[in-house]
Amino acid sequence: MAHDTHTDINAFDVSDRPSIFNPWRWLNSTNHKDIGTMYLIFAIIAGLIGGGMSGLMRWELMEPGIQVFNGGLWGNEHNYLVVMTLHGLIMIFFMVMPALIGGFGNWFVPILIGAPDMAFPRMNNISFWLMPASLGLAVLSTFVDGGPGNGFGGGWVLYPPLSTSGHAGPSMDLLILSLHIAGISSILGSINFITTILNMRAPGMTMFKMPLFVWSVFVTVWLLVLSLPVLAGALTMLLTDRNFGTGFFDPAQGGDPIMFQHLFWFFGHPEVYILILPGFGIISHIVSTFSRKPVFGYTPMVLAMVAIGFVGFIVWAHHMYTVGMNVNLKAYFVAATMIIAVPTGIKIFSWIATMWGGSIRFTVPMMWAIGFIFVFTVGGVTGVVLANAGVDTAMHDTYYVVAHFHYTMSLGAVFTIFAGFYYWLPKMSGYKYNGFLGGLHFFITFVGVNLIFFPQHFLGLQGMPRRYVDYADQFEYWHKISTYGYMVTVVGVIVFLVMLAECFLVKRKAGANPWGDGADTLEWTLSSPPPFHQFSEPPVLVEDEKDHH
Amino acid sequence: MAHAAVKHDYHLVNPSPWPLLVSISLFVLAVGFVVMTKGLVADPVSLIEAYVGGADKAKALLGQGSEAAVAALKANPDFLKAAAADQAKTITNLQTGASWHWLMGKSKIWVLLLGFLSVAAIAGSWWADVVKESRAGDHTPVVQIGLRYGMILFILSEVMFFVAWFWIFFEGAIWHDARLLSTVPEVAEAWAKWPPEGVEPVNPWELPLLNTLILLLSGTTVTWAHHALQEGNRKSTAIGLAITVALGALFTSIQVHEYGEIIHEKLFGFGGGAGGLYGSGFFMATGFHGAHVLVGTIFLLVCLIRLLKGHFTPQKHFGFEAAAWYWHFVDVVWLFLFAFIYVTFG
Repeated sequence: MAHDTHTDINAFDVSDRPSIFNPWRWLNSTNHKDIGTMYLIFAIIAGLIGGGMSGLMRWELMEPGIQVFNGGLWGNEHNYLVVMTLHGLIMIFFMVMPALIGGFGNWFVPILIGAPDMAFPRMNNISFWLMPASLGLAVLSTFVDGGPGNGFGGGWVLYPPLSTSGHAGPSMDLLILSLHIAGISSILGSINFITTILNMRAPGMTMFKMPLFVWSVFVTVWLLVLSLPVLAGALTMLLTDRNFGTGFFDPAQGGDPIMFQHLFWFFGHPEVYILILPGFGIISHIVSTFSRKPVFGYTPMVLAMVAIGFVGFIVWAHHMYTVGMNVNLKAYFVAATMIIAVPTGIKIFSWIATMWGGSIRFTVPMMWAIGFIFVFTVGGVTGVVLANAGVDTAMHDTYYVVAHFHYTMSLGAVFTIFAGFYYWLPKMSGYKYNGFLGGLHFFITFVGVNLIFFPQHFLGLQGMPRRYVDYADQFEYWHKISTYGYMVTVVGVIVFLVMLAECFLVKRKAGANPWGDGADTLEWTLSSPPPFHQFSEPPVLVEDEKDHH
Repeated sequence: MAHAAVKHDYHLVNPSPWPLLVSISLFVLAVGFVVMTKGLVADPVSLIEAYVGGADKAKALLGQGSEAAVAALKANPDFLKAAAADQAKTITNLQTGASWHWLMGKSKIWVLLLGFLSVAAIAGSWWADVVKESRAGDHTPVVQIGLRYGMILFILSEVMFFVAWFWIFFEGAIWHDARLLSTVPEVAEAWAKWPPEGVEPVNPWELPLLNTLILLLSGTTVTWAHHALQEGNRKSTAIGLAITVALGALFTSIQVHEYGEIIHEKLFGFGGGAGGLYGSGFFMATGFHGAHVLVGTIFLLVCLIRLLKGHFTPQKHFGFEAAAWYWHFVDVVWLFLFAFIYVTFG
């Protein structure tokens, strides 16, 4: 789908763009690129907070016994659980989602379909500004009484009775409302994306000519619209159970705590695809660009994402194999879950087939993309292992599960974020970055995160339960290695921040298309950074014989 | 390019303060809710109780003579230091609690009220801007298509919200015998059948049937108004719309009356009384529906006012159509509530 525009390349004109020091430009913004930038900055800040929390946990777990959460500065064992809970929630709702959907989605979905902005630019801004309000409530919740101590320590899954009678204090109510607000933000954002994609494509940009990143966001936001309201219902039930005496999850009133798990995972399982699908789209662009080849099997790639999205809705109870479900149900959920490996495999093999015989350039985004294909395959394979109800009975709530989902999320989704960031940073900022620093960041991070999480498979197989602040001595070896991995990763983060600072201080002009041939989607036809409002005249799309992205 | 003529029909909205202000207000609203239900400063009464309790413990130790005191201090050398620290902390908490109790204490509603009123006021200003832009001609045909997608998707998300309520109600109604497996005999006994022991369900063929007919009728009157609007008959539109609004209000008042009866006659409830899950499911599902009826009625009322101000033309009246779609959605949800919660499992 190579699209050449017949319009002139938009010259970068500063005069139409308010100063970055004008606060109203940001506070009152109705510009998709500015809002995308705010999302990215927000995600970086939230990522540093959430990553710092990982540090506290790894520090604590480096040795058996209680080192950090010993009643001193960082509180007691309950505070370990609070940190663990908030780490999960922050990384999911305030880091990965804002970065991939809010950040890259906002920046590039309108540009890639040749639209001047999002369909509802003002609503776009409330989607963003609800995020700090939501994060504020979540952070506030850690400082007020939860019941067993300050903050909620029941894990990001919020299972009752820990989230009802187990944490009777105001902390959990604040956390529930925080998630409600995050949910409103995401639903409004999703409505905006679907409308934009359906209604604002440039002439000639049919659905099956859209770049794969647009398709990935399109599938993702459908999942959000359909699954988040169910979570909102479950959260509301928690809220009324806690405050108004209803008995949805209280067995003494005929309620059923397991029902919360059903409602939660009906949202929660689509949610994990929400976190990874936009990344799939980004990887397709990068692999194609730096192999200088169109993506292998464009239509199957689209249909695979649609299939993953659809099947993602009917596998939720594989998170609940150990609740006492009957065998027939388990058999169904095992089979349905394993099916997902098929469309996911289509994607992995299509990326490899795209590279096959291509003219590969190992630029920084390409390194992250190839790194992603490796770590996501590892995470996917352990996912197939865990899909088996029988195996899961042994593995449930062990570090094997922690290793599995961190390989898909903390390595997989985060690698796609960095891949996208390095791919589009010249476009967004207008500046080239230092390739050596970017590459260094990749190699240090790749070694670091694998060092953190690969040993956790062993810990899980040895029987180390997740969410524990302390452990028996025999787990010490791999826990120590895991913490060393964290230290390496921190060095990577520092290199990343140095890379960013260097990029913005040295100011090497990037030009419209720093990647040359192969980068043939619409964003590369615009100046870097793009004009404040692009495509005032809709781009005219000319179809090549071959399909790209 | 910057100053080149715009050659597309999309609406690039001007910068607006409302999103940020709504976010801040929602934050205040959320904090206000928690202040009302739990309080965000320590409750002075419980603090004083704890304080007095601590003093009683010390007094008890006093009465046991110096031997016991020496033993206690030896067992816990930091006893005095810890007690002093505890005391200081309690006093600080007491002072904070006392000075902020009027605002942040349990059951104080000022923060909640502030949040709610500002959300409502800002939402009003926001929508007023939308109306202004529509009147200024910003809502070109392609923008109107976008608004349609937006409204349909919003309603779809609302449908999924109700899925949660129906799901939990069906879980109780259809699989209630799972509770027979409970090891707690009272639970097994109370939940052996549906509706559960001690629950006297509402007779669906009285007020609920009437309400069904009212909502169905209102669905036809809003369609009447729509057709009249398309034919440019404003007077007839106003009558149809006014009747719809009146029927909506009638539905809400009958629902309030029915709730009053249920509570007054103690047919069922939740929170310790007879009913438990049944009452929870019933009140939450019908209650959220009621809230949606209220919103729909206000939406239609706003459309009536806008109609009388001459905002709608036979060609362009998407605000009205959105209200009508929303009204039909509310209507359909009620039919499901009536069929399952009142008739089948009532």
